Amino acid sequence: MAERCAIVGVGQTHHAKVIEVSLAGLLRQAGERALEDAQMTWKDIDAVVIGTAPDQFEGVMMPELYLADALGCAGKPIMRVHTAGSVGGSTAVVASHLVSSGVREKVLTIAFEKQSEGDTTWGLSGGRSGGVGAGGYFAPHIRAYIDRSAAPEYVGWMVAVKDRKNALKNPYAHLKIPDITLEMVRDSPMVWEPVRRLESCPTSDGACALVLTNEKHADAKRDFKPAWVHATAVRSELGQFPGRDPVNPQGGQDTAADVYRQAGITDPLNDVDVVECYVPFSWYEPMWMENLGFAPVGEGWKLTETGETEMSGRLPVNPSGGVLSSNPIGASGMLRFAEAAMQVREQAGEHQVDGARTAVGHAYGGAAQFFAMWVVRNEKP
Amino acid sequence: VSRDVAIVSFASTTVPDTDLTETQLLYPVITEAIEQAGIQRNDIQFTCSGSADYLAGAPFAFVSNLEATGAWPPISESHVEMDGAWALYEAWVRLQHGDVDVALTFSSGLSSRSADLRETLVLQLDPYYLSPLWVDQVSIAALQAQAMGRDDTLADLAATEKASRRDGAAAAILVAGDRARELSSRPVWIRGIDHRAEIHYPGMRDLSTSPSTAIAAENVGVGNGAVDVAELHAPYPHQEQILREALKLGDDVAVNPSGGAVAENPAMVAGLIRIGEAFRQVSQNGKRRAVAHATSGPALQQNLVCVLEGE
Repeated sequence: MAERCAIVGVGQTHHAKVIEVSLAGLLRQAGERALEDAQMTWKDIDAVVIGTAPDQFEGVMMPELYLADALGCAGKPIMRVHTAGSVGGSTAVVASHLVSSGVREKVLTIAFEKQSEGDTTWGLSGGRSGGVGAGGYFAPHIRAYIDRSAAPEYVGWMVAVKDRKNALKNPYAHLKIPDITLEMVRDSPMVWEPVRRLESCPTSDGACALVLTNEKHADAKRDFKPAWVHATAVRSELGQFPGRDPVNPQGGQDTAADVYRQAGITDPLNDVDVVECYVPFSWYEPMWMENLGFAPVGEGWKLTETGETEMSGRLPVNPSGGVLSSNPIGASGMLRFAEAAMQVREQAGEHQVDGARTAVGHAYGGAAQFFAMWVVRNEKP
Repeated sequence: VSRDVAIVSFASTTVPDTDLTETQLLYPVITEAIEQAGIQRNDIQFTCSGSADYLAGAPFAFVSNLEATGAWPPISESHVEMDGAWALYEAWVRLQHGDVDVALTFSSGLSSRSADLRETLVLQLDPYYLSPLWVDQVSIAALQAQAMGRDDTLADLAATEKASRRDGAAAAILVAGDRARELSSRPVWIRGIDHRAEIHYPGMRDLSTSPSTAIAAENVGVGNGAVDVAELHAPYPHQEQILREALKLGDDVAVNPSGGAVAENPAMVAGLIRIGEAFRQVSQNGKRRAVAHATSGPALQQNLVCVLEGE
C-alpha cells in the first residue's frame, strides 16, 4: 500500500433508543467524539464516508445528501456505502482505502442506524412481501451447526451471558442485564428455534465514527497512541445456490485468510489478542470462531465452553458486549472495527484486555454472504 | 501521485419501462463489458456497484445484483447506494493500491417501479423539514431555473423529467498500468477524478452556481488542456448552463453528443453513462481529451468530475 493508515479517533453514541437528537444529530455526536479523540475539528477533514443498512430502515433515501450539512461536507467529498449488515465494516474499509491509496489524508467515517425512527424488522423481512426477520433466516443455519458439531445446547446460553456481562463494563452498551444467568437465558422465550430471546440482539440506535489519517498526520501528534491498520479485506458471495455452505461460508474463510496473510498472522488463536466479531445471535460466536480460523471445524464451541472467549480467556471475544448487547445495525460492524482499535490503543476502559497488541474487527451481512475484516495493531505495519 | 488507471470497456442499456429485474438487466451488460475488455470473469480482482434499494422498492435489493457478477468463488466486492459514477470512483481508489489491476464497476436502477418517481425521490430530502413538504426534485430544479433568471416553467421541467425517465444498467472495466496497455490497443486513461458536495438546503446555497463542480474541476485539472468533448449529467437544460460555467468550458466544446440526461436519465446509472459516453468519444471517435460529469441529489447537490485521455 502506498500509505500507512492510522486510526487516530474513535467515537460512538450510547446505543439505547435516542429521541433527543435527530438522525443528523446522532451522526454529529459520534463524529464530534471521534474528532475530539483525534485532537481535530470538522474543518481538518478531507473526506467523509458514511455507511448504513437499507434506507428503508429510517425512510431516508441516500441519506448522505441530507447529512452533508451536519457533517460539514459543503465543498467536500462524501460517499455512502451499503453492504447490508456488514456495512459498518465495509465502510471503515472504504475509508481506510481512501487514506492507504494516498488519495486523501484525513478521513472521517461514520456508520449509523436509528431503528427507533423506523420499522427494521419490517425491512428485514422483505417489506411488503412479509417474512421471518433476520433471526428466522439464520435459525436453520444455527440448528445445522448444532447438529453438525454436536455442541451442547448451553453453549449458546454461555455466549449470551458472557456478552451481557461484558456489556456491564461498556458505558455505551444498550442492553444491560446485571443479574443474567444461564438459567435466565434458558428460560427466556423461544423466538426462532433454537434461538431464545436472550440469545438475540436488541433493537438499538447509535452511530460510530472513526478518524483515519496517513502516517504524516498521525506522527505529528504528540503523546498520542494511534492504532495502525495492518490488513483489510472484503468478500461477497451469492446468497443461495446448491453447494454453498451458509453455516461456514467460503467468503468468511477467504476474508480471514486474506487479512491474516496481509498481517503476517499464521496461528490466529495465538497471534491475535482480542476479537470483536459480529455475533447477533449467540451461536454465531462458535460458528465464526471456526469460520475465521480460530478453531478447527466442529470445535469452535469448545473455545466458548472452556471460557477461552471470556475477558480472562486466551482469546477474548467481544469484550464490548458485542452485537448481542447493542445492535444499531448499520453501525454494528463499525463498532466491531472501532472496539478493536480501542483495544490496541488501550482506550477501552473497564473492558480493556490487558496487553492487547493485535486485534481483529469482523462484520457480516446479507444471507451470511457479505464479509469485512480488519487487523489493527498498536505498532506500525 | 496517482497510479495510471484506464477504462478499457463500457456497456450500457436503457429502456423506458422494463419487466426485467435489475439482475436481468445487468447480466448482459456486465457480460458485454467483460467480453469487450477481452478478459474472463475470474480476471476481475475488485468489483464495485451502485444502486438504490428505494427504486426497487425493497430493502437489500442490491444483494441479488451479485448474481449478475457470478460471485462464486467469493469476490472482493463493495457497493455504494449512489450513482455508478461513485462506484467507479471507489474502484479507481482501490486500484491505486497496486495489489490489484482489474476492476469491474456497474450500476442499475429501475425508475419505472415507482408509482410516482417524483414522490419517491422526495425521500432523498431532509426527513424532518423538507420531505414533509413534499417539495420534489422537479420543483427544486424549477427554483434553480428561477434563481438563474430563466423562464423555464415547472411544467417544462416536469415534461423533461418524464420524457427522460428510463430504467437502465451500465458496466465498465477499469485496468491499471501496464496491464491496461496489454489488454487494450486504445485504453482511455482517467487523468483525474474527484467529487464534491453542496449544502443540502436549497435555501442555504446559491442554486444558480455549482461551486462543488468547480472545486472538483480544479482538482482534476479540467483547465490544464483543451477539452474536446464533455458529457455532463444535467437532467434539465438550465443545469447544463450551470455546469458549463463551473467547468469553464468554452463555447467551442461539444457537450453531450450522446444526447445527455435531458434525453435519457436512468436513475443511478446516468452518471456512469456520462463517463462511458466520454470513454466512447475517446476510444471510438478519435477525441483526445474528454470531461465527464455525474450528479446526485436535488439541484446538482453532489458532483463528480473526471478527465479522460487517450494515449
